[in-house]
Amino acid sequence: MFVAWRDLRFAKGRFALMGTVIVLITLLVGLLSGLTAGLGRQNVSAITGLPADRIAFQAPTGGQALSYSDSTVTARQWRQWAEAPGVERAEPLGITTTRATAGARSTAVSAFGVEPGSSLAPDGGRIDARSAVLSTTAADELGLVTGGALNLAGHRLTVAAVRGDASFSHTPVVWTSLDTWRRVAPPTDRSDGPTATVIALRTTSGAGTTETDRRTGTRTVTTGDSLSAIGSYTSENGSLQLMRGFLFAISALVIGAFFTVWTIQRGGDVAVLKALGASTASLLRDALGQAVVLLVGGTLAGSGIAAAVGVLVTGSDVPFLLSPGTVLLPAAVMVLLGTLGAGLSIRRITSVDPLTALGSAR
Amino acid sequence: MSLELTDITLTYADGETRLTALDRVSLQIPKGTLTAVVGPSGSGKSSLLAVAATLITPDAGTVTIDGTPTTGLSRGELTELRRHRIGIVFQQPNLLPSLTAAEQLQVMARIDGRSARRARGRALELLDAVGLADRAHRRPHQLSGGQRQRVNIARALMNDPTVLLVDEPTSALDHERGAAVIELITRLTHQRATATVLVTHDSTHLTAADRTAEVHDGRLRRPAPAG
Repeated sequence: MFVAWRDLRFAKGRFALMGTVIVLITLLVGLLSGLTAGLGRQNVSAITGLPADRIAFQAPTGGQALSYSDSTVTARQWRQWAEAPGVERAEPLGITTTRATAGARSTAVSAFGVEPGSSLAPDGGRIDARSAVLSTTAADELGLVTGGALNLAGHRLTVAAVRGDASFSHTPVVWTSLDTWRRVAPPTDRSDGPTATVIALRTTSGAGTTETDRRTGTRTVTTGDSLSAIGSYTSENGSLQLMRGFLFAISALVIGAFFTVWTIQRGGDVAVLKALGASTASLLRDALGQAVVLLVGGTLAGSGIAAAVGVLVTGSDVPFLLSPGTVLLPAAVMVLLGTLGAGLSIRRITSVDPLTALGSAR
Repeated sequence: MSLELTDITLTYADGETRLTALDRVSLQIPKGTLTAVVGPSGSGKSSLLAVAATLITPDAGTVTIDGTPTTGLSRGELTELRRHRIGIVFQQPNLLPSLTAAEQLQVMARIDGRSARRARGRALELLDAVGLADRAHRRPHQLSGGQRQRVNIARALMNDPTVLLVDEPTSALDHERGAAVIELITRLTHQRATATVLVTHDSTHLTAADRTAEVHDGRLRRPAPAG
């Protein structure tokens, strides 16, 4: 790194320009990652926060995909699942998006219907036909505290507690009883008993769900896989991840292009060093080390700015999630891909002929 | 002998035919002597230097550096040989733009896997020997052409080579500065007991050499003591 460090200091302008590009790309990736995770949390936190490892949906027909908005399960299916081998707990969960009002305030909410006392809802023991538990965002938007009253699609409920920050499909969750949910949710054509949207399962490791699915007419997936059954999450997350992937690819290409030009420019110096006895391996190490220094410096600065922006917007209306996964992970990927891009571009060092250092060719 | 070229033949591809750059050339350079290799452009002088520097492998013949035959050595072994036994003074100074004069020399220690910081003393000593003690912190663009060529010479001596190969060192200098550079190379050759080959097209430098060798059409005409 003897020559590499001095090149970094000597060609400040060029390296500063490239460093700035890396800072800006990292900042963009960091902000996009935080926003993607924040929007994702707004979409799915109510599901990922469930104390369940599997979700049973009504088996779709006609090749349709699983969907939280289309699924309806019956009490009979619920009972069958509760008695299935390997199932520790099976609880019906009703999900619907509706409107809640409190005084002059009104907001769209996701009503999550559970059995009174259910472990699915925070403070589930305080939920009954006349009471609901509100997520903090729902309570804030409606201006309610414990003991207040809200109107959920025409049904008056008392706020039994304000707990958690669960949201579903970008709407805050109001935890109600299953009876209340059935009155609020659109009617279905199922006539065989009380209905819910899905059954939340807690299973043991040896639980065989395939046979129970076949017997009950359901399809069971893990809680994580069930997120793709939230339509808005799949399309939104897919688009944002695509953008992020393109940014990673662009950064690798830009860094690769820079180091290609840089390596060509210093081809004469490389020839001289080879003629003087420098090994190709040491020259490659130097060049790659230089790239890594630039990448790590630029990425740290960009990630730092992204984290600072994240701190500033945390608590505001911007759905930004600041976590190691949204700051450090993209930074690590940036460094990795950038190093790969630089590594491919500096390969040409191996083909520089030291003979060109002799004569007046330089 | 520090440098021995024995029956060297070198050919280049030129379309469908091959041109002979060196034709059974033999040359022995004892340590502490300066041999001037002269000849017109295209005569094979630079090819001779490149073969001696182990940068080109000849079609036939043997190059022996300080008793070590180079035939059959791998690329890595040749690089190591160049690093430890051969100093090259390039036609153009070929200094690295980001390094100061002292660092141009220290980089030779780094190439050899040694500490550049520890090599600084020797670098300053060599810069002093070429009259540039007060220019150690200057970068190439802050030095004159003659000063750059002196740094080039000092760099070639940094790893204590037994063979010093000098390629047209005065081609970019005026007569006065050129003569000073030749005088410096001659003095360092005798002081440091290197086997020096000076490739030049300028016959005025021949008086400084211990021996001259004239190359014409790839053949060595007259290895003889200088006049």
